Amino acid sequence: MSMVVIVNDQEHTLPEPLSVSALLVRLGLDKQPCAVEVNRKLVPKLRHPLHDLVEGDKVEVVTLVGGG
Amino acid sequence: MSTIEAKSELPGTRANPPQAVGTLVLGGKSFDSRLIVGTGKYKSYDLMREALAASGARVVTVAVRRERLVNDRGESLLQFLDLTRYVILPNTAGCFTADDAVRVARLGRELLTQLQNPGATWVKLEVLGDKKTLLPDPAGTLEATRQLVADGFQVLAYSSDDPIAAVRLKEAGATSVMPAGSPIGSGQGILNRNNIVLCLELLKHGDPTYPVIVDAGVGCASDVSLAMELGADGVLLNTAIAHAMHPVMMAEAMKNATLAGRQSYIAGRIPKRLYASASSPWDGAISYIPGE
Repeated sequence: MSMVVIVNDQEHTLPEPLSVSALLVRLGLDKQPCAVEVNRKLVPKLRHPLHDLVEGDKVEVVTLVGGG
Repeated sequence: MSTIEAKSELPGTRANPPQAVGTLVLGGKSFDSRLIVGTGKYKSYDLMREALAASGARVVTVAVRRERLVNDRGESLLQFLDLTRYVILPNTAGCFTADDAVRVARLGRELLTQLQNPGATWVKLEVLGDKKTLLPDPAGTLEATRQLVADGFQVLAYSSDDPIAAVRLKEAGATSVMPAGSPIGSGQGILNRNNIVLCLELLKHGDPTYPVIVDAGVGCASDVSLAMELGADGVLLNTAIAHAMHPVMMAEAMKNATLAGRQSYIAGRIPKRLYASASSPWDGAISYIPGE
């Protein structure tokens, strides 16, 4: 059962419901430090395996970049 | 009028002995540099790393952005930052509402917690009012400060140089207020030194060790020295180093200017006078002296 989620403003069709952890693996973002919001609410790393995404979720995946 | 008083009783002067010249106490931590530098706008991460080292800074700012985990060379910022040397201060740059700034601050805390960096509970709070000037929105900054302090953050609040706005941020629980010398990245230096002096006086009234950091607008080393000579506890800058013709040399100049300005402040400058005061004695002069 596929579903669509929005990751960083882009639609992603997932072949099956996934946890945040599984999404990061799918996106190749699981090896570096990153922080995740779902529907504007922070999901701490410890909860990534426990937080299951649902259809239409808006996900932000962020990291640290150079800034002043 | 025979004299021009350039420096009245600034906070932290004789009545309130200042901290040691090189020590910045901020958020319960002590640093051997009073300079805080940004990590943005460098031509390469290698150049950034070298400039950070030359600056002597122990606190460096970073931004939180969507997954740009690697640049086009396959590099990421974190590969070039020694997390054992620097306290990483995440900013909320690019936020125009208190709600967005709070979200970004929480994301920054999450990242730095993962990295086990002591900057995890710190945030350089920016709530901007306008994309062209990047001037702070005082109402949004105040609201975000309240929310973040309640959430356990140590808030280093970027502010305008309005002394009353600065005091309100302190009252809201900001760990440090950071008045701007001039707009971010403008290189205009300190446009209103009297406002910076008033910020210092009001923020340190009855609380001489309250840290005040001049943030934004620095163009060159003398701007840093001036901020320190006015009595600021530190200076935060980015573009002036990153976009200098020789960033590493400029970083070293900023380091020296910070120290020189602090030493000059503590040593105590002479009052400005309208008339000259000869350094060589008149007695024994063999020359013709007009009027005598």
